Amino acid sequence: MAITITGAPPRRPVRDRHHRGVSRWVVLAGVTIGALVMLVPFAFMLLNAFKSPGDYSSGGPLSWPTEFYTRGLRTYWSTVNFPLKLWNSALIAGSVAVLGVVVSLLNAYALGIGRVRGRLWIVGVFLLANMLPQEALIYPLYYVAKEIGLYNTRLSVIIIFTVIQSAFGTYLLASVLGTFPRSLLEAAALDGAGKWTVLWRVVFPNLRPTLAVLLIFFFIWTWNEFLIPLVMLIDNQTQTIPVALASLQGDRLMDAPTTNAGALLSLVPAILFFLIFQRTLARGITAGAEK
Amino acid sequence: MAVSDTVAAAPSAATPAPAPPSRRRKRGRDAAYWLYLLPGAALFVLVIGAPLVGTGYLSLTRWSGVGDPTFVGLDNYRRLLDDEVFWASFRNTVAMIVAMVVVPTVLGLLLASVLFDVIGRRFKPRTAAALRAAFYLPQVLPVVVAGIVWGWILRPDGAFNSLLDAVGLGALRHDWLGDPDTALPVVMAVMIWVQIGYPVVVFMAALQRVDPELYEAAEVDGANWLRRFRAITLPQIRPETFVVALTCTIAALKVFGPIFALTRGGPENATNVPSYFAYYTFFKKLQVGYGSAISTVLTVIIVVVAVVFIGAQARSERRDRGI
Repeated sequence: MAITITGAPPRRPVRDRHHRGVSRWVVLAGVTIGALVMLVPFAFMLLNAFKSPGDYSSGGPLSWPTEFYTRGLRTYWSTVNFPLKLWNSALIAGSVAVLGVVVSLLNAYALGIGRVRGRLWIVGVFLLANMLPQEALIYPLYYVAKEIGLYNTRLSVIIIFTVIQSAFGTYLLASVLGTFPRSLLEAAALDGAGKWTVLWRVVFPNLRPTLAVLLIFFFIWTWNEFLIPLVMLIDNQTQTIPVALASLQGDRLMDAPTTNAGALLSLVPAILFFLIFQRTLARGITAGAEK
Repeated sequence: MAVSDTVAAAPSAATPAPAPPSRRRKRGRDAAYWLYLLPGAALFVLVIGAPLVGTGYLSLTRWSGVGDPTFVGLDNYRRLLDDEVFWASFRNTVAMIVAMVVVPTVLGLLLASVLFDVIGRRFKPRTAAALRAAFYLPQVLPVVVAGIVWGWILRPDGAFNSLLDAVGLGALRHDWLGDPDTALPVVMAVMIWVQIGYPVVVFMAALQRVDPELYEAAEVDGANWLRRFRAITLPQIRPETFVVALTCTIAALKVFGPIFALTRGGPENATNVPSYFAYYTFFKKLQVGYGSAISTVLTVIIVVVAVVFIGAQARSERRDRGI
């Protein structure tokens, strides 16, 4: 956006004419009010996560807390064994991100660089697979997982999401690799490099920024997934953060302050990822738009 | 789900790029590439292909999940046609499409255009970026967490009713999610809140791609914001609009987490949707055959919608190139 402004020095007078208008302030006020309304639920949550149950029942949801009460947070932290949930979520999302990217890259290498026969159909099938409702897969997966002893293991969820995410990754990377400079591949082939060497020495380094974006997306999507972890992971040892919060919904333990404390704890990692990866993701979006 | 789909905008534009001229390589020699597809294809068949076929088969049986399924032909589908809950769930899907596709896309176009064209240029770009972040924030959190917070806010003794009291509208106090008449509109409002950030971010990224000269020339010619919006913004970012509409429609057809956290499909199925209905039929009623039939119908609808969308997009791209 900065470029838009600095890129037009000769037309200054036009901008100045608009600069004088009051209407832009009206627009700014309107959009700001909209943005504040978006933030209201977060404010409610913060306000009530630090209230004692007594405070909540006497003052209601809108009162300012009379003390900085952290027992709700600590209760939720220890009742659900939050560090373990954090580890489960990180292990599942991290493994899926890495494995999903590897599988996507191998698939896309065959489809985008190898241009195997029928590749358009294959890519189409991968794309459609990514859109399928998970209900269409869940019962057979659940049944087979029980039969072979993978039910209620993190491994089952890792395998399932590696495949689901790599369906999207294959579609994306196959399109990107379809425009990969042939000259690079041919130069490597002249040097006597085999397909395996070309993949890791030529294609992989060139693709690294795209793969990084894909890795982050896979991580965040898997982190936020709900239905399949809800069905597959049924006890405290294996559950992820969102499933743990949802399983306690309606529980006697979960009074309003504890619910808000649990929600707050559950969204902190998501917001951290967002802040850490914001730049990479913005780059990914622009890279996409320019392609 | 959200941001990543933006990236999908890229390949759709990239696919039609002509293959580089070096088609010299013989097809036979490239057979070795199939080896690279092998692990991915095997996993795909095991985790997606076989279960999909399995669900299709189970939809023709009666089964509680224990023992052997009994083949009953199309009985489950006949039962669907007479099932009021099934029809209610698909009517509610239409409401979800309004709340997750139509409203966010239209509002997102307006907001992105205002943020980019008015606020980004008349004020500091940083102001526009901060406002964009506020709209995008709900997209970051797990939808279930959002659903649980909203569920608490909308409880009879929750924050929303207290807010009504505080501003003197106490007469409007209501059990928003507990009343079949208000539950669906309220869930729709929550879904708009969840969804709006995605189109705003995608459209703002798309607008950076548009040549600023176009806007400046239009301004010199005296075109006001509305005319610039209609003559430049809308046509220029049509590819992104297609992608947003498609991905949001698929998401609306599949919506599960927010319904699970907010209402579990209730009250009286007022907010039931096909995916929750299928989940409930599978795991609470233990009617695996019937649940499979619901899932299969939903799958067919999603595939048809996706194919129609992608076909329409391809036609529109061809038309543009023709002109």
